[in-house]
Amino acid sequence: MTLVAEGAAPDRMQRRELSERAFAWLLISPAVIFILVIVVWPLAETIRLSFTDATLGGENFVGIANYAALFSDPKFWQTVGRTFYWMVLAVSLKLIVGLIGASLLNAAIPGKALFRVLVMPPWVIPVAIGVIGWKWMYNGYFGLISGLLQEFGLVEDRVALLATKTSAFYSAVVTDVWVGTPMVTLFFLAAMQGVSKDLYEAAWVDGASRWYRFRRITIPQIMPVIVSMALLSAIWTFNSFEIIWILTEGGPRGATTTLIIDTYKVAISSQRFGEGAARAVVIVVLLAVFSLFYLWFLNRVNRHYGAK
Amino acid sequence: MMIDRLTLLQKIGVYIATFFFLLFILMPFIEMIRVSLRPMSHLMTADFTWWSEDFSLQAYRDMWVTVPLLGRYIFNSIFVASAVTAITMVVVIPAAYAYARLEFPFKSLSLGGFLAVNMFTGAVLLIPLYRVLRSLSMLNTYWAMIIPGVAFLIPTGIWLLRSYLEKIPKELEEAAYVDGASRLYTLRRVVIPLAIPGLIVVGTAVFIGAYAQQFLFAITFNNVREIQPLPAGLYEFIGYQDVTWNEMMAAALTGITPVMIVFLFLQKYLVAGLTAGAVKE
Repeated sequence: MTLVAEGAAPDRMQRRELSERAFAWLLISPAVIFILVIVVWPLAETIRLSFTDATLGGENFVGIANYAALFSDPKFWQTVGRTFYWMVLAVSLKLIVGLIGASLLNAAIPGKALFRVLVMPPWVIPVAIGVIGWKWMYNGYFGLISGLLQEFGLVEDRVALLATKTSAFYSAVVTDVWVGTPMVTLFFLAAMQGVSKDLYEAAWVDGASRWYRFRRITIPQIMPVIVSMALLSAIWTFNSFEIIWILTEGGPRGATTTLIIDTYKVAISSQRFGEGAARAVVIVVLLAVFSLFYLWFLNRVNRHYGAK
Repeated sequence: MMIDRLTLLQKIGVYIATFFFLLFILMPFIEMIRVSLRPMSHLMTADFTWWSEDFSLQAYRDMWVTVPLLGRYIFNSIFVASAVTAITMVVVIPAAYAYARLEFPFKSLSLGGFLAVNMFTGAVLLIPLYRVLRSLSMLNTYWAMIIPGVAFLIPTGIWLLRSYLEKIPKELEEAAYVDGASRLYTLRRVVIPLAIPGLIVVGTAVFIGAYAQQFLFAITFNNVREIQPLPAGLYEFIGYQDVTWNEMMAAALTGITPVMIVFLFLQKYLVAGLTAGAVKE
């Protein structure tokens, strides 16, 4: 292959070029190699390991024993249920809060440029650092939230929010929503600003109320962004590791153990690689099925309403 | 414009709602600042109070003594994220260009494949990833945090940058091509200079992704203290007996300050850029 030497002036007469397709493959090959080595190969290896009893000591082929043990364990199904509940709840809240936030930041009020900057910090800092801040606030002895609840007379005594099962779960949801909201808000805001002003003006001339314009113009117009944020956000929330790990490590008594936490505990903490790999494969399959179902459902809805 | 005008009452409502929205977003930071300014003994003994008389900057001095490597951790975080960004951009620019401009077999299939990578976070693939990094002798080096970081940011980078490159008028490239410039020359000398605003946006987004999510790879693939990034390093404030929360918060706030300052300058481009990227068509 003969590419023009770097920096050399192109020579019109002797140009021997790569074909478009060869050039394209040359351009994407670094990215492809990266993904093959760091994602695809480990994925194949995970699938293989899931049929073994691999530990640090060695590995033997055990067939579907890992899966059989997993599927017959009621605790595993609880974890699956909890993970989906966690995902649906956190994603819905992120979308709702993000939509409200974006509408507020989109309002024509003085100071909006500043407000738009102020919404970004949770997104820009390391997730782990924000979560450490929340962990402090949830603390029962001197934490802000317990203190506020007492101040307003909602609770008699100090409450350690991460110590009981239900409150730990919902506390983790709140933190996850906090981490995810800025990005959702900014994408929604960006989408809202892309909506053609003519549409609003036409509706306004017709006397449509603000709420009506929001419902009938803003929402449908930014639907493509809502839909793709929902899917991305769902996948990330399903796989969200740091937030739960730092807050509770999956406790108390498993109340915040999602599939990814369970996988990490089995595979990394107790180094039962084979069993951990089986869990990882289940995650991938569930997410793939979920994504395909979501896209299929979307397709149907779109066709039903005749949208693009 | 008249259509956008709010009545005074509506305005007040929007401000109040915005206040509570931003309060939710900023509360942990406000609380971290408050904690970092109070002596540990008072934090632990007194009941919760909003304001106190004993605010001091002592924790900001003591933290360097409690965790001597703190400066290193702050540097490591920024270094790892910068390295991830640099490598990701080198890989992403040509790929995004190919998807934006060229026709080739398996184009949409391979693009779909890249996007599907979003379905796996590092956490799912940790076990074999550990082995891959071990066989490449990368465990306990900066590479153990950089390489996986790059792989998981490539798809987002391609996706974002592709929509920018599609907006650059094709005619400019064709003109260069007619003048006899090679494809690679055109990419380097025509496309990349024109795409600089887009590259800044994508680079910032990639940096944020790399900076935000170093914790998992750091705690799993690295146990050398000297190269640990800040989120993992903060754990050193958790002692055998107790946690020096005030110093931990002071260190966290100090550590994120350099990035926040840079980000303040870039945020304008970022919001504008997201608009361009997110509302394609």
